[in-house]
Amino acid sequence: MPELNLTSAPAHLRHGSSIGQPLTRRDGVLKVKGQATYAADNHPPGMLFAVMAVSSIARGRVTSLDVAAAKGHPGVVDVMTPDHKPELAIDPEIKTNPFVFRMEVLQSDEVRYANQPIAVVIAETLEAATEGAALLAPRYEVLPALVGLDAGESFVPPVVGVGNPTENHLGDVEAGLAAAEKQIDAIYETPPQYHNAMEPHAIVAAWDGDRLQIDMPTQGLMLSLARVAELFGIAHDKIHIRSPFLGGGFGSKGLMSGPPTLGIMAAKLVGRPVKLVLRREQMYGPVGHRAPTRQRLRIGADGEGRLTALDHHARTVSSTFDDFYEPAADASHTLYAAPAIRTAHDAVRVNTGTPLFMRAPGEATGSIALESAIDEMAWACGIDPLAFRLKNYAEVEPITGKPFSSKALRACYEQGAARFGWSKRSLQPRQMRDDAGLLVGWGMGTATFPALMFQAEARAVLRRDGSGAMEIGAHDMGQGAWTALAQIAADELGLDIDRVEFKAGSSDLPDAGIAGGSAHTATAGAAIHSAGAAVIAKLADFATTDERSPLFGAGNAGVIARDGRLIRRDDESRGESYVEILARAGVAEVEARGTGAPNPAAMEEYAMHAHGAVFAEVKVDPELGQIRVTRMVGAFAAGRIVNPHLVKSQLFGGMIWGMSFALHEEAITDRRSGRIMNANLGEYHIPVNADVPPLDVITVEEHDPHVNALGIKGVGEIGITGSAGAVANAVWHATGVRVRRFPIKIEELLTQR
Amino acid sequence: MKQFDYVRPATVAEAVAAAAQPGAVYLAAGTNLLDLMKGGVSRPDRLVDVTHLGGLDQIETLADGSLRIGALVSNADLAHDANFAKSYPAVAEALLSGASAQLRNAATVGGNLLQRTRCAYFYDTASRCNKREAGSGCDAREGENRTHAVLGWSESCIATHPSDFCVPLVALDAVVEIEGKTGRREIALEELHRLPGNTPERDSALEAGDLIVAVRLPPAARGFATHARYLKVRERTSYAFAVVSAAAALRIENGKVAEARLALGGVAAKPWRARAAEDVLKGVAPTADAFQEAAWRALTDAKPSGDNAYKIELARRIVVRALTLAAAGTPARIPALPASPFASTSGAIHA
Repeated sequence: MPELNLTSAPAHLRHGSSIGQPLTRRDGVLKVKGQATYAADNHPPGMLFAVMAVSSIARGRVTSLDVAAAKGHPGVVDVMTPDHKPELAIDPEIKTNPFVFRMEVLQSDEVRYANQPIAVVIAETLEAATEGAALLAPRYEVLPALVGLDAGESFVPPVVGVGNPTENHLGDVEAGLAAAEKQIDAIYETPPQYHNAMEPHAIVAAWDGDRLQIDMPTQGLMLSLARVAELFGIAHDKIHIRSPFLGGGFGSKGLMSGPPTLGIMAAKLVGRPVKLVLRREQMYGPVGHRAPTRQRLRIGADGEGRLTALDHHARTVSSTFDDFYEPAADASHTLYAAPAIRTAHDAVRVNTGTPLFMRAPGEATGSIALESAIDEMAWACGIDPLAFRLKNYAEVEPITGKPFSSKALRACYEQGAARFGWSKRSLQPRQMRDDAGLLVGWGMGTATFPALMFQAEARAVLRRDGSGAMEIGAHDMGQGAWTALAQIAADELGLDIDRVEFKAGSSDLPDAGIAGGSAHTATAGAAIHSAGAAVIAKLADFATTDERSPLFGAGNAGVIARDGRLIRRDDESRGESYVEILARAGVAEVEARGTGAPNPAAMEEYAMHAHGAVFAEVKVDPELGQIRVTRMVGAFAAGRIVNPHLVKSQLFGGMIWGMSFALHEEAITDRRSGRIMNANLGEYHIPVNADVPPLDVITVEEHDPHVNALGIKGVGEIGITGSAGAVANAVWHATGVRVRRFPIKIEELLTQR
Repeated sequence: MKQFDYVRPATVAEAVAAAAQPGAVYLAAGTNLLDLMKGGVSRPDRLVDVTHLGGLDQIETLADGSLRIGALVSNADLAHDANFAKSYPAVAEALLSGASAQLRNAATVGGNLLQRTRCAYFYDTASRCNKREAGSGCDAREGENRTHAVLGWSESCIATHPSDFCVPLVALDAVVEIEGKTGRREIALEELHRLPGNTPERDSALEAGDLIVAVRLPPAARGFATHARYLKVRERTSYAFAVVSAAAALRIENGKVAEARLALGGVAAKPWRARAAEDVLKGVAPTADAFQEAAWRALTDAKPSGDNAYKIELARRIVVRALTLAAAGTPARIPALPASPFASTSGAIHA
């Protein structure tokens, strides 16, 4: 096994102290004061307001729109319809690459899901545009809507997630099940969920001839830019997208969707800047969601509690017109050392917007089912759930047999269990009560998420005044990229963070890839790392080749960049400041670019995942069935932690999402109309502050030399996994009632007292 | 948004005159109305803003011992009025269990009484709803209805009234003072909200132009102060409407229930006074058996209107628990999680 140590002995080291520091977010004050400019805060001169009219039916055709009535409303400037719109350069139905999803931009009168845009009203005021949209009073030819997991004939999709095989096999599952002493065969259901970012999707689009200025929250500046260029037939360099802040994205702002495209079309139609902001209920359709699943798990274990087989099948849905399949069963590939594993998916098509990536797509849905089933098996074997997991601990990635690049899961189990007090748990359910007589239950789940890397580029600059700059078109969705990436930049440039001008959130900067897959800090960080190394190398060249420099001749020994100075590695008393070096060289600044990318050789050798263990306590009213989470502890090993403060916040957020998955979130779809009946934050329940208990996060030390140069695995999504199952398992432990349909509802627990 | 007239009358009489025309509605805090307007559910021609009318924001004790609450008193101000909370603790607890802190700061007493149902089909203008549009049909009846009514519903409408505040008020025989075209009149709060029957489009007994100016609690309502609770089961700890709630108030003398008051929320188109259950408790010791019997009597006429049979059993259990809590005595301070089954375990000691 070759040791692929990517950080071994570079010629020049940079040394700083920013990485690892719990800095508060640098944009915090701006946000608290309301001075952070989000997309919809922009008001270019002459701007008009656009409001989408959306379909009330889920399937059929728009037969009429009262455009005259809308246009007759005072303040309405124009009404964009399939018959009256700027032409696009390409058919939006054409998928030009795997990251292009079909969108509804008035290309026809067909309706394929409820809340699909069917017209856009453009007016002098938001109120006029809103009323204009209401006055369109659409009429429809209605076809029966396809709704739910049994909507039609199922089929096996060619791939799930992003190009994952639909089925995976290891060993002989049926033989493993047949040989098992204990078997579990259980079906779990998860509902459709919607991202519900606080900030709705919004765009301010302004054309200036063939140049296009866009303000829009996006998790993928360059992917969005490329799609806009393609749709409107203009060169990349004619488009500028600004996205300095996102009020949450969670996957729904990753790829260009229909509504912002309509905003750009509207601006083109009227020849003035246009703002288009989605209403909350309009976010339940054209901008993606997490598809529902029905998962069947069959698990076998021998008399010692060792797994003999793990069979995980997931049914999900996609839209009638495009393909995205929640890869829920893939959650069973990596965690438990079963000698036989089979994972498979099938799907039906329904009248819904195309499901998409939503924070831990596949991992979240699969995790709650897998962790519930493992808990059921532990109980069937009469073994403590943690002991059962340790008994089936995967020393290599089960599905591939590859070694892990690093895996501190054992430490996560140990530290989390110790902090939680797990050893005092009763094996039997419904044994624990608090002083008030409430049922108390303790549950756990294992967390996992792949450590991914995408492609990114960064540009580093060192200036004669002793300052530096790092430029990268990175995205801050609220996770803290402005801070964490600037910390990396400061270290890579060997400067104090306040001496580094960190630029991000704009498409005229180097491509930072996409803020998704929990890979943004790793990917952008790797680009910053290599850009920093490159610019320090150039600076070092000036010094080590100039005989007037105290560093002359240090080319072989190498230098260390620290506090704005280069210092000889072998003699720290000899050094020179950046200012002196650049002044002597007679240049105003020195710049270099660097890239971050996955390492195919390392990926071939190793399985790369972050891991964690989540422990939850719930209390349940024994008569009334109301559930409350009272305590959660999560211990996570995710490689290098750039900013512990921000990382804890990310993990808290993920754990709250997990708890929400188990107990709250569900888009309620009318089974006849296919309309979502709770498309608002009053009725689509997510936890409120009063629901969130004290949360405890432990970041477990983990050194990973293989994942990337900085050893970062990412923490954006892992917090959901494990957490949802931990809460569900705690509910079982409290009540003795195993609920397999999520979210867990009060009525499920009224069956016994 | 549809254009509308906005008028701000100077007196109650002017307000009543301005609101008497078809298409006019009163605007107080607007915590419900403005949402309805933005959603196209309500499209009034005229808003009559009553928030500047004088004299409607007072809480006063009358000579006979009644308490008169002006219609413009905010939910938060009322709940946090120390004397009010001490005398009518179940009402204060109900107020604090409703909506969110921000909404309670804005919402008014009069507006709370007249808030519309939270039935999703009422809010969804693409669905048929007899309450929103008379005679159009009810899509909730065969739809997603696990939170709908189990008492007093009809084939025309299975919606519930969402108020927490009204539940203990009805239990305590609150009276509503109304200013209308023919002058002032008053009716029992229990008579204000209507069951749907064949005319679910009419929520209340109010006529065009009628303005609620005050809510009055009679002198006897104070008699329950030491044994009064509100209990609310909901799907998250705050900012959620009741799946089922109950207000229970007892007057206990010599170890026996001298008088009981019981009302349920979230089960019908009106706050549901359970008089038969009250009768069961009169004169008996406050025991678990008695409370069970009362719970069965309270739900005798209940029947599911859809996927909500569980609400009947849940309501029985809530009645038993609310009576048990009331019998145990009103806590010295309102719990940190008002009306929650978890009130005693939150770690914090008061609201």
